[in-house]
Amino acid sequence: MSTDTDASSTLALGEINKYDFRTNTPSVFKARRGLDRDIVSQISEMKQEPTWMRDFRLKSLDIFNSKPMPKWGGNIGIDFQDIFYYLKPAEQQGKTWEEVPEEIKKTFDRLGIPEAERKFLSGVKAQFESEVVYGSLAEDLAKKGVIFTDTDTAVREHPDLLKEYFGSIIPPTDNKFAALNSAVWSGGSFIYVPKGVSIEFPLQAYFRINAESMGQFERTLIIVDEGAHVHYVEGCTAPMYSTESLHSAVVEIVVKKHGRCRYTTIQNWANNIYNLVTKRALAYEGAMMEWIDGNLGSHLTMKYPAVYMMEPGARGEILSIAFATAGQHQDAGAKLVHAAPNTSGRIVSKSISKNGGRSSYRGLVRVEPGAKKSRSSVVCDALILDDISRSDTYPYIEIEEQDVSIGHEASVSKIGEEQLFYLMSRGLTEAEASTMIVGGFIEPLVKELPMEYAVEMNRLIELQMEGSVG
Amino acid sequence: MSERLEIKNVHVAVEGQEILKGVDLAIGRGEVHALMGPNGSGKSTLGYAIMGHPSYEVTEGSIELIDADGTRHDILAMEPDLRARAGVFLAFQRPMAIPGVRLADFLRHSVTNIRNPDRKEGQELMPMRDFRGELKSKMKDLSIDTEFARRYVNDGFSGGEMKRAEILQLAMLRPQFAILDETDSGLDADAVRLASESIARIGGAEMGILIITHHEQLLEHNIPLQTHVMLGGRIVESGGPELAAELHKQGYDRIRKAYPEAAAAEEAMEAERRLETTTS
Repeated sequence: MSTDTDASSTLALGEINKYDFRTNTPSVFKARRGLDRDIVSQISEMKQEPTWMRDFRLKSLDIFNSKPMPKWGGNIGIDFQDIFYYLKPAEQQGKTWEEVPEEIKKTFDRLGIPEAERKFLSGVKAQFESEVVYGSLAEDLAKKGVIFTDTDTAVREHPDLLKEYFGSIIPPTDNKFAALNSAVWSGGSFIYVPKGVSIEFPLQAYFRINAESMGQFERTLIIVDEGAHVHYVEGCTAPMYSTESLHSAVVEIVVKKHGRCRYTTIQNWANNIYNLVTKRALAYEGAMMEWIDGNLGSHLTMKYPAVYMMEPGARGEILSIAFATAGQHQDAGAKLVHAAPNTSGRIVSKSISKNGGRSSYRGLVRVEPGAKKSRSSVVCDALILDDISRSDTYPYIEIEEQDVSIGHEASVSKIGEEQLFYLMSRGLTEAEASTMIVGGFIEPLVKELPMEYAVEMNRLIELQMEGSVG
Repeated sequence: MSERLEIKNVHVAVEGQEILKGVDLAIGRGEVHALMGPNGSGKSTLGYAIMGHPSYEVTEGSIELIDADGTRHDILAMEPDLRARAGVFLAFQRPMAIPGVRLADFLRHSVTNIRNPDRKEGQELMPMRDFRGELKSKMKDLSIDTEFARRYVNDGFSGGEMKRAEILQLAMLRPQFAILDETDSGLDADAVRLASESIARIGGAEMGILIITHHEQLLEHNIPLQTHVMLGGRIVESGGPELAAELHKQGYDRIRKAYPEAAAAEEAMEAERRLETTTS
């Protein structure tokens, strides 16, 4: 496998991270380390926010301070006072590609992103450090009333929508990290798709952390109005740093009557990053919400995309892939809440563990009283590549209604000696054979990705698999 | 390019139990040999040992490829993928399913490696256009629907489909030496005839073939130079095509009587297998 990796950037255990490089982006503003009322007020001031948002941040900080750390999932070893909570990479948000600073372009070029996006997309959003630095949206979409902007801008320009929905799906009281994000959030995407508008191509954003010990707390809000349709795609890669970094995002989505939303994420974090994300969608009458979630890298990921099916006929689907290697714990899963009759949900989870990595599936299916004729199916398959890796399943099912159909299947398998022998007898090396078997294992999910992301996902898996045998 | 596959005094053990007890066999390129014998006599074990299955330990003897100039290649020192690249092929009796991997993707990778034995991981695969063209024409020769290439390797295949997929791989990979392990089982009479014709066409003068079978139909278009009979982990008798016909019609009673020692070994192995099944 040929890569353009810097020779110096070798991870522990000889693994190579393709995205291990840094650029020297001059940060225009950098808050001091730590977290207190002054820092939070300063962030709000820097962003010239209205009072309601500043008050929301301060209240959220109090909630954060009052909440204990989660007692489940993984071990979270973060010193909250040793993190930069806000960085603004450039004075002005770039309006056209030409205005985007050269250093930032270089980083995107090295990730190989712009070509693919230019080819496939007419709308691009990319977050670099804490703010969106580049954005363009096809004119016809704007004409149809579609709003696609960064959330900071949305606070200034669309206060009515923000006041109505921001923090309404995931309130700061939800969990400690949702409270933290609510206090210090920066960047993220805001999307509003008006009634009956269908966006044919995926909207995309690229996120990236690029300052040592800097938390990234993007905040995304998507509102899909009645009968509207959108596919939002977000990919993440992060460079490698020696000290711990924290990524804690909040994604809130509302899908109104007969609307459809698909949210696709592939995240490939550096091995020292805590990735603690809260994602939740509300689906109303006959609406469809799909999460497609790929998790690679990070030190610890805790992420359980949720769909609350609020009205009859709502559907929720969550497909997730987790890949855990040395020093990594992927605690990923899904949550389906049936809060109305005739709702249906599906969870498909695939995890791969190797070189001592640990992956856990943690999922909840809840059927509220009265949610008659609800149907849910959960399938989780784990593939363990060696004897030192680990996989766990924590399926929680809470059913408060008789007339429902809930299914759960789980399987754990190892790469079979017979499969390896078969492929090797056809001239494939052991590494090629293992990679092919792993690729096949996740294929049912990869084929759901937009083409260029499927290619990238397969490339990431190949990189992860390098040096895994022998 | 190797001219001969030479197997000398090969002993093979699986989980400590000796299955093959000294097998000698030499196959030249362009030759067809048939290997027959009752179930459990060790025929498939020989195939696995030649291909290098990690559970089949060769405890004694040698397996070598010999070039025209006399150079010998010890394939026991090679991993299965290197044996494949050296020109050895095994058509499996029960091929493994690889869910999620399309037959065409797998085969492109495989063909690339085998045609460029020195290829390193990550280097370019055979150009898609060339591969597709060749695959299509080979599939047409074998009356296989092109849609077949898009299916996952052996996943949900019928017995017959699996065998046809193995023959397709044989046709694409064109090894120097092929072991066909019951490639006729699970096929109806017409399909066996087609398989027999196909193998003859693919093999020709270029390939040395060892056909493991219980029947003579597969040999119809692949007249064996020699027919070998395996019993109790040894080749006890070799003859011409008429031997295959005899065994197909009359079974192994004459062989068992003629070679009481091997028949006793076969019974002992059989007893041990029964014991394992009842205790496990």
